[in-house]
Amino acid sequence: MELYSGPLDVKEIFGRWLDEEAESNYGAYIPFVGTIRAEDGIEALSFDIYEPVLRAWFDAWQERAKALGAVVKMAHSIGDVPVHTSSYVSAVFSPKRRVALELIEEFVEDFKANAPIWKYDVKNGERIYAKDRSTPMDGSGLLA
Amino acid sequence: MVKVEFLGPIGKAPVEMEAATLADVAEKLKEDGTVKEWLPKCAVALNDTMVSDLNMPLKDGDKISVLPPVCGG
Repeated sequence: MELYSGPLDVKEIFGRWLDEEAESNYGAYIPFVGTIRAEDGIEALSFDIYEPVLRAWFDAWQERAKALGAVVKMAHSIGDVPVHTSSYVSAVFSPKRRVALELIEEFVEDFKANAPIWKYDVKNGERIYAKDRSTPMDGSGLLA
Repeated sequence: MVKVEFLGPIGKAPVEMEAATLADVAEKLKEDGTVKEWLPKCAVALNDTMVSDLNMPLKDGDKISVLPPVCGG
């Protein structure tokens, strides 16, 4: 798992991941790229991350992928990411395509629901929490 | 004493308190009107592991993290 300040260098990351697994005998490499769209007058999105829990979440996914003979990789931005650049990339490598196709969907959906990352719209230089687009993590309300 | 930290947009400085269980922490946090509004939508980590049991015993120096709704990507 890789964390970067600001937008991701998508081509470098995907190229490097391809090189890392070049001799691993995986038949499928399925990447996902999340790009910031220009909408609602935003200049950028901005992100806070709680790294200890994110690493634990990602390690659990690595174990799940490993049990299927696959590998998951991801990179995410911290701080401001301008429109038309990318804040999130992930990928699954697996021996055959079916495992990778299914895992990338489950991984990205669980990422949206349970990765401890907080998103803010940036408008006129101000950070505004994206409350309406955010999802309570599994187990929320314990202290209520 | 345990330390409670509030992550992301909650925007509140960490607090320290005496608490034997997470239930004690919950009672004390509800005394703060701003925090109380967040609690129904927040998950909880104890020493960076997600937890789901209010009766979890706490020890001196434990770190409790309050995690509001997320949206990565």
